[in-house]
Amino acid sequence: MLKNTLFVCFLLLTFIGISQDYFPENHGIKATAKTPILLTNANIQADASTFIEGGSLLIHEGKILEIGKNLQAPKGAVEIDLNGQYIYPSFVEVYSDFAMESVKSATTGKQYEANRKGYYWNDHIRPEQEAKNHFEFNEAEAKKLRKLGYGVVNTHLQDGVVRGTGMLVALQELDNKNKTIIAPKTAQYYGFSRSKQSKQSYPSSIMGMMALMRQFNYDTQWYADGNASETDLAIEAHLENLSLPQIIYAGNYLNVMRSADVAELFEFDFIPIGGGDEYKRISEIKKAFNQIILPLNFPDAYDVEDPYMANYVSLAEMKDWQHKPRNPKYLAEAGLEISFTMQGLKDASKLMKNLRTAIEKGLSKEVALQALTENPAKILGMENQIGVLKEGALANLIITSGELFDKETKIYENWIQGHRNIINEAPFSELEGNYELAFDKEKIEIEISSKKDKLQLKATKDSLKLGTKIDFKSNWLSFMLTETDSSSTQMNRFAALVTSAENEFSGKVFTHEGEIHPFSAKRVSAEDKDDDSEDSQEEKDSEDKENTEEEYLSPITYPNMAYGMPSPNQKSGEYLITNATLITSSDAGTLENHDVWVKNGKIYKIGENLKAKKAEVIDASGQFLTAGIIDEHSHIAASSVNEGGSNSSAETTMEDVINPDDISVYRSLAGGVTTTQLLHGSANPIGGRSAIIKMKWGASPRNMIIEDSPKFIKFALGENVKQSNWGGRERFPQTRMGVEQVYLDYFSRAKEYEKQKASGKYRYDEEMEVLLEIINEERFISCHSYVQSEINMLMKVAEQFDFKVNTFTHILEGYKVADKMKKHGAGASTFSDWWAYKNEVKDAIPYNATLMLNQGLTVAINSDDGEMIRRLNQEAAKSFKYGGISAEEAWKLVTINPAKLLHIDDQVGSIEEGKHADLVLWNHHPLSIYAKAQMTMVEGVIYFSVEKDEKQRNEIQKERNLLIAEMMKAKNKGMKTQPVVKKKERHMHCDTLDDFLFENFSEAHSHQH
Amino acid sequence: MKNLYTTILILLVSFSFAQQKPATAGPTSFILLGGTAHVGNGEVIENSLIQVENGIITKITSANEEQETSTSGQVYDIRGQHVYPGIIAPNSTLGLVEVDAVRATDDVNEIGSFLPHIRSIIAYDAESRIVESMRPSGVLMAQITPRGGRITGTSSVVQLDAWNWEDALVKEDDAIHINWPDRFVKKGAWYDPKVGYKQNEKYKEQVQELEEFFAQAKAYQQADEPKLNLAYQAMGEVFTGDKAVFVSADSPKDILDALEFKRRFNLSNFVIVGGRYAHQVTKELKAANVAVLANRVHSTPEADDDDYDLSYKLPKLLHEAGVLVALENSGQMERMNSRNFPFYAGQVVAEGLSKEEALQLITLNPAKILGIDHQYGSLEEGKLATLFVSAGDALDMQGNRLSLAFIDGRKISLESHHTQLYKKYKEKYEEESEE
Repeated sequence: MLKNTLFVCFLLLTFIGISQDYFPENHGIKATAKTPILLTNANIQADASTFIEGGSLLIHEGKILEIGKNLQAPKGAVEIDLNGQYIYPSFVEVYSDFAMESVKSATTGKQYEANRKGYYWNDHIRPEQEAKNHFEFNEAEAKKLRKLGYGVVNTHLQDGVVRGTGMLVALQELDNKNKTIIAPKTAQYYGFSRSKQSKQSYPSSIMGMMALMRQFNYDTQWYADGNASETDLAIEAHLENLSLPQIIYAGNYLNVMRSADVAELFEFDFIPIGGGDEYKRISEIKKAFNQIILPLNFPDAYDVEDPYMANYVSLAEMKDWQHKPRNPKYLAEAGLEISFTMQGLKDASKLMKNLRTAIEKGLSKEVALQALTENPAKILGMENQIGVLKEGALANLIITSGELFDKETKIYENWIQGHRNIINEAPFSELEGNYELAFDKEKIEIEISSKKDKLQLKATKDSLKLGTKIDFKSNWLSFMLTETDSSSTQMNRFAALVTSAENEFSGKVFTHEGEIHPFSAKRVSAEDKDDDSEDSQEEKDSEDKENTEEEYLSPITYPNMAYGMPSPNQKSGEYLITNATLITSSDAGTLENHDVWVKNGKIYKIGENLKAKKAEVIDASGQFLTAGIIDEHSHIAASSVNEGGSNSSAETTMEDVINPDDISVYRSLAGGVTTTQLLHGSANPIGGRSAIIKMKWGASPRNMIIEDSPKFIKFALGENVKQSNWGGRERFPQTRMGVEQVYLDYFSRAKEYEKQKASGKYRYDEEMEVLLEIINEERFISCHSYVQSEINMLMKVAEQFDFKVNTFTHILEGYKVADKMKKHGAGASTFSDWWAYKNEVKDAIPYNATLMLNQGLTVAINSDDGEMIRRLNQEAAKSFKYGGISAEEAWKLVTINPAKLLHIDDQVGSIEEGKHADLVLWNHHPLSIYAKAQMTMVEGVIYFSVEKDEKQRNEIQKERNLLIAEMMKAKNKGMKTQPVVKKKERHMHCDTLDDFLFENFSEAHSHQH
Repeated sequence: MKNLYTTILILLVSFSFAQQKPATAGPTSFILLGGTAHVGNGEVIENSLIQVENGIITKITSANEEQETSTSGQVYDIRGQHVYPGIIAPNSTLGLVEVDAVRATDDVNEIGSFLPHIRSIIAYDAESRIVESMRPSGVLMAQITPRGGRITGTSSVVQLDAWNWEDALVKEDDAIHINWPDRFVKKGAWYDPKVGYKQNEKYKEQVQELEEFFAQAKAYQQADEPKLNLAYQAMGEVFTGDKAVFVSADSPKDILDALEFKRRFNLSNFVIVGGRYAHQVTKELKAANVAVLANRVHSTPEADDDDYDLSYKLPKLLHEAGVLVALENSGQMERMNSRNFPFYAGQVVAEGLSKEEALQLITLNPAKILGIDHQYGSLEEGKLATLFVSAGDALDMQGNRLSLAFIDGRKISLESHHTQLYKKYKEKYEEESEE
């Protein structure tokens, strides 16, 4: 090995020249062709499934000429004997911003329009960005990556929703720049994040980005068909890029699923980059993708030594800690082709460690290698050139001491297109041993050993220990011996050129007196075992012990957190609920001692003394059975609530951003809620579309959405849309007067659009499509509203366009114009007793619901709050106190009335045969403060019951304890831990904005509804 | 045209009613006869007789036993109805903010960290529309408490029917309030859906700061002729035990640290506020004789793993462990929601506490904690007649409908801005339908 190293110097010299190309040279001579190189006697892993023991590899001009056993070196080839070392294809990084200039963050610019001219109307769509225009080779970064085993990276400017193209570059500035850039346009990249280069406020949310991606694709199709009269450089670029692989940075499993929704619509394939938590919804992800790129940044265990602090770590976090390292395995086993990216790995040196962890947790070594080499190469369509060792492929390879994923294995060399880089010098085990050191008149016993590839030195002089330091670099051994006594410190420094490990080496010593003497060190027989090897024995023991101890593996639940369900798709049961008092919310009123037979998710029969042989009997004697509560206005279970980047966001939909991992879903079930409308917030006059969901705890976002869901959209009036309590004064409208004009403008435009559409030649505009649906009464408005003037205004606007406002929500001054609302045909969904949080609710009164009911309106009580949703039964009951309506009317406020408002009263909202079996069993009359939901069923599945809850509480404690023990084990093993952090769910409300908008806003107002 | 006139007329009328007129008459004498008396100490007297003379309850007994009644005042026949002591809302900001979003109406946070000299009472708006909306639910007293800083200021106890703050006073400058340092501080942006907190590296430092302030304030009291320090001066009664110390702390460790603080400074009158996880340290609380104002019943538990009903049952857990506990409701929309105090207590009943014990959580217990139980908090002889009569069970929305309410024996109005608007529009629609 020492010889080999020496040889490198020689070899490198021969490399300086260059083969034929068209670049002018200034080297004096042109005839500098390289000789072929034959690597012999190596264990070659040519690809994940091809292993050549004792193989050879012939390299010339940066490529692999030949690979196999017993290759003969062609004449004039340099032969390197690898002595049984291993060769692997070097790694391929497919998601990187390597050597990209940092983007300039916009500090000025327009807030609502694009800054660019000649490009798409939205600055966050940047397909024209080409990595090559932003590329400046960065040797320091390259060196780091080479050290880890990478040979090439696909790099791009990580900025924007559509980010433009990436390029494939060698991690070595080769003599010819054209070789450094292997392919200038390899893939187009996307992300769920805004461009830093523009202040344009839209999109400000995940749902806005989804909508923007959709509209951009519609516009591209329209443009491609030759409809545009002017040139759009962004779309032009995009059209060109569409033939490339489309890679999207999702960053978490929900965004991975969201990217699938966009891709599905336009029939192309995204290759997503996940967040490591894809295991949470593996079946959906498997359905949508064949390939996925995964990060290797596994979380450290939390430091849970302090039991009080451990309380702050949620079961979800603990479970995630345990399953994230298994994520690659889970996805590979599900049949996805996985690739790894280093992105997100804060400490790059952890790459191998984390890979080994993934393997330890069950990922096959074969797949792990594929994920580093073949698979990313395949994504880029470069599988014959990179990530593989075969004839014609680039000579990108790493030489290692042993099998790649073995703990002890070191990468010795990383060859990039035939260019050899020494990463680690091979260890000098040959040097290890005991020597007698002689110089001048001194005789010292020294012992050289190595630990983790570093030499260590012990020295004794007359049985006195000396201080030592030793280093070996490029064949030069240098060491220092320090003798300390009470009066002085004497340092002698030694240097010797050692090219081979014989029984003796010699060199010069520079003594503490400033003299130079020759020295020699003669090997003597080793005596007893030294301490270090004992140490390592101990280490080994403890490792063995670790491995024998069985790890507790927490089950994956849906969602993967406290109170999760064992499966995402619960089968509905057949139940006979007997002897209950039914509060039907229908004309049947209240029925004593009645039975309800639940079958196939529906209410099959209602009656007395029903017999159902197969049904499980639930004795409800003394209890009250009602239809599930329906919340007309809620913002739980959502990843974002507002797209406030413009004054209309009709193109967005809450269906895009359902987050099933919100504990609020479970807690709502515990409060008897079975259906809710997730409304867009109230940041703008025309908000986004709604998601009407069932509280199917554990189901996927898509499965939570109610079947054949009626179409709704959120509108908003008043202080929030005119940004009275936050924000600047730039966005139109700033007054209620302006709000009216926004509507007139948009609806007029929608009418124009309709005409254009009828002509057959039109640009599909999702926003206009939605507005047209409203005008055509195919989509209903739920309008956030407070004061009477604005309520009246919207009705007049609607009448002008010949449609009705379906629901006014909040509607705290509805009592003042209830007669007008009745005439118009609007319904109302209100708070029971909230008021005084804003100026526009200073006249809000708790009698509102009653007064509106008395005028014949359909009235519901809603929550708009993650806490109040848990006890809407009580809110309904407040109408006893305020207005004194009957119990049956009061109960309808949270069941059949909101069902009517949502146009789902044919399915839910009352106990009637044929309706969904969305049922709640209460221990008291549900309008009593003393009532507690005992069991909540959605479509024949019991998602909550007090017994089940009690059982789960115990299980959560047990599971927590087991996982805390696992974390303690991890800590005791010396693994890194992270300090405990506390996480608290923030209740989302109407005015909860995604991050962007709030960058400029104060915290002073946190929740205004 | 006719409608227009009606509207104008109604508008004129509406200008004329501003806030409800507080009772001008002094303490009266009267008898409540035949109601079910919920005494507030756990006792219930069916068919009761409550005699009030000059504002003081002079007799409370079963009407069956007491046939003769003195006739010094009006006799209210409240058969079939229920009588309760006035509900007390401790740790409240009633009257300090009128409309949340209108900064001009907000007087709750003063600048600075150690503000024992900041007195809530002088900013208390006795004419607040929010305050008047408390009375129809039976909430008749409150401890008005500032919010900002480490020591937020000094609170006072008021009754909720007065012409001005001076008349509202029940107990002036009753306590100082401390926000115990947070072990966790927010990290990342506050608008992140999952609010993340990292451990507060300054925790120890902040506790020390508090301790130093107390040490210096204590020394100040002993100095012969100290240079004036308003903050230290305001601490004098804290060390004599005449002013209570209310400390907001939630986690077990924080509470235990606070108890150690109490011990160090020998603070006899000490109350934990919030105490979301106080049920884990009830032994220590009991041993230290420390009461708890339990975190708002209608709030969501902090951690996903918590029992969904933890906030509902916390007061019960504390009560059953022998800790003196009352309810409080600080947080989002605390002022307007204070009228739901009776229902907070009702919610605890749903968790298994008896109705009479739950009533104590909002009457006698807060009176004890505020040190006004010799006069308020229960329907007992010798106490002031601060009480209300409800058609049904006042802890339940279905029953909480007040027919009468008295503060210190003065009969008070149960009207409010809300009832007026209700009547106004009810009449409008009635008139319209008559046409």
